[in-house]
Amino acid sequence: MQNVDLQEIGLRDLNAMLHEQSSDTNQTAWEIDNPKGAHAIACGLDAPIEVTVKGSTGYYCAGMNKQATVNIKGSAGPGVAENMMSGKVVIEGDASQYAGATGHGGLLVIKGNASSRCGISMKGINIVVHGNIGHMSAFMAQSGNLVVCGDAGDALGDSCYEARLFVRGEVKSLGADCEKKEMRPEHIEILTELLAEAGCDANPEEFTRYGSARNLYNFDVDNAAAY
Amino acid sequence: MKTHDAKGIPHTTPRQSATFTNDINSDIRRAAATGIYDIRGGGAKRKVPSFDDLLFMGASISRYPLEGYREKCDTSVTIGTRFAKNPIELDIPITIAGMSFGALSGPAKEALGRGADAAGTSTTTGDGGMTPEERGHSSKLVYQYLPSRYGMNPDDLRKADAIEVVVGQGAKPGGGGMLLGQKISDRVAEMRNLPKGIDQRSACRHPDWTGPDDLEIKILELREITGWKVPIYIKVAGARPYYDTTLAVKAGADAIVLDGMQGGTAATQDVFIEHVGQPTLAIIRPAVKALQDLGMHRKVQLILSGGIRSGADVAKAMALGADAVAIGTAALIALGDNDPKWEAEYNALGSTTGAYDDWHEGQDPAGITTQDPELMKRFDPIEGGRRLRNYLKVMTLEAQTIARACGKNHLHNLEPEDLVALTMEAAAMAKVPLAGTDWYPGKPGSGY
Repeated sequence: MQNVDLQEIGLRDLNAMLHEQSSDTNQTAWEIDNPKGAHAIACGLDAPIEVTVKGSTGYYCAGMNKQATVNIKGSAGPGVAENMMSGKVVIEGDASQYAGATGHGGLLVIKGNASSRCGISMKGINIVVHGNIGHMSAFMAQSGNLVVCGDAGDALGDSCYEARLFVRGEVKSLGADCEKKEMRPEHIEILTELLAEAGCDANPEEFTRYGSARNLYNFDVDNAAAY
Repeated sequence: MKTHDAKGIPHTTPRQSATFTNDINSDIRRAAATGIYDIRGGGAKRKVPSFDDLLFMGASISRYPLEGYREKCDTSVTIGTRFAKNPIELDIPITIAGMSFGALSGPAKEALGRGADAAGTSTTTGDGGMTPEERGHSSKLVYQYLPSRYGMNPDDLRKADAIEVVVGQGAKPGGGGMLLGQKISDRVAEMRNLPKGIDQRSACRHPDWTGPDDLEIKILELREITGWKVPIYIKVAGARPYYDTTLAVKAGADAIVLDGMQGGTAATQDVFIEHVGQPTLAIIRPAVKALQDLGMHRKVQLILSGGIRSGADVAKAMALGADAVAIGTAALIALGDNDPKWEAEYNALGSTTGAYDDWHEGQDPAGITTQDPELMKRFDPIEGGRRLRNYLKVMTLEAQTIARACGKNHLHNLEPEDLVALTMEAAAMAKVPLAGTDWYPGKPGSGY
């Protein structure tokens, strides 16, 4: 286990050490003390290592993550795991705005609540939120799965493309071109797997699926009001 | 046409409206027929005050010129000297602006790389990510970081020689992009994680930051991921150049790309292109003033774009304080866009040479702004690259010619005092005297 005190070493040296790790590193477990809400902690990782941040983080923790597992033992600021490519990011507390924004792959688990724009422009990432999510979540979401065990705020899935949105609780309102969808066996299967991976014991049968009505895919003047 | 009535009384000459011109009427008829606004490529076509309204005075008794071909006039520029460990060194101050794979074909992107490389300058990716063609043929490649994040990944980010955070574009300040379904081929769809054949809309705001304070943190993240090695540019439209430049510097930019309304786009609404933003001539002095007020002129480099066509335009941009320029539309024309040899095909598409701007429809006869495999075959990337290199060389020689005539041994030594304006508007915007006077509107102490 590598222990690093962020206040002593500084952000640049911390990230440089983490970036130096290659696919066959034997320094696979890292603990970061005293994050004190610093920004850009453990961003740009590209190795099969496990990093545990012992406290809350600022903006863009684990941004653009590849391969690594990042555990945040607190809450995360805006843009956590933004543009994640692969790997896993787990937040014990809440996540601020834009969690998992534009993520291409990997799994983001938020054990508390997520604020607005969770999963905005997601491009293949899987996101599981144990609690609730804020407004405009999954805006322009392209692909991947957003699972919400609690409630969703206003304008869920506005202008979304092919992402699948699963919500167990209430949805305050749906965004433009987002609609309720049939829950087929393959969706139950996806959901079951994601919930298990995210350590959540919710019953998949209790979820409702939402997705694109595909009315805005090609411009039609009769849909102009939705633009 | 009858000129008199049956009684021999003359008719008045039919009078066209200056308000409802034939052009405007055709817009109205098109809108009425389709129910959708007109979408096109390119930049503003309306006449605006421009670099054509400025002249260099050249040398005289008070200033002596440099000898052409013998006395050196340097054209090199280094971009990213503020924070980056590896600034970009360019032989010439003319860069290739960001244009996407998707909007352009793969071979066209390759040609841009080949031409820029041969001339010693950089090229830039666009919405849709980095293709092997352009990385392979561009030794200096700037990676655009756009609101859509299509094709964005950290591997390409780390391969880039610089990163350009795109906040705005001169053709559409405050607007996002658009790529119509015709151009979403299998490869484009795969790169953008989208279904094939749909209209692809690009967001107008970044998904994970808003405002200058957030931007500062976003830049920190990008620097951390790339080890503080490469320069970070911020591209802004010519909207509020003084404040945007100030905020970009405060957010930590190494360089600022400032794009006027003549700057092109792959596709957006015509009403946006023609009615939002400011002319390139109008935006440079406020941006330079912002840099000077912060003590950052020449420390944070300023790259001006939007309608740059010739060495004279380059020299005028430099004289007004730019460190470099970027070209897009002009580069496409050098490659063969809007070439008269395709006139019959332009006519068949309802256009004509020089006016063809339906780049978004993917039917470009020149094979440049298309994803149609058959049309793409018409374009030879090696020949295209050679043409672009030639054009860049000519622009550089032209700019050097002017600089030597003004007695300058580096293009950066050109200054506003070398210029006069032909019109009141240009004098006011460029803050150089109206020709034959020592005055420009707004000159301090002049009372006007």
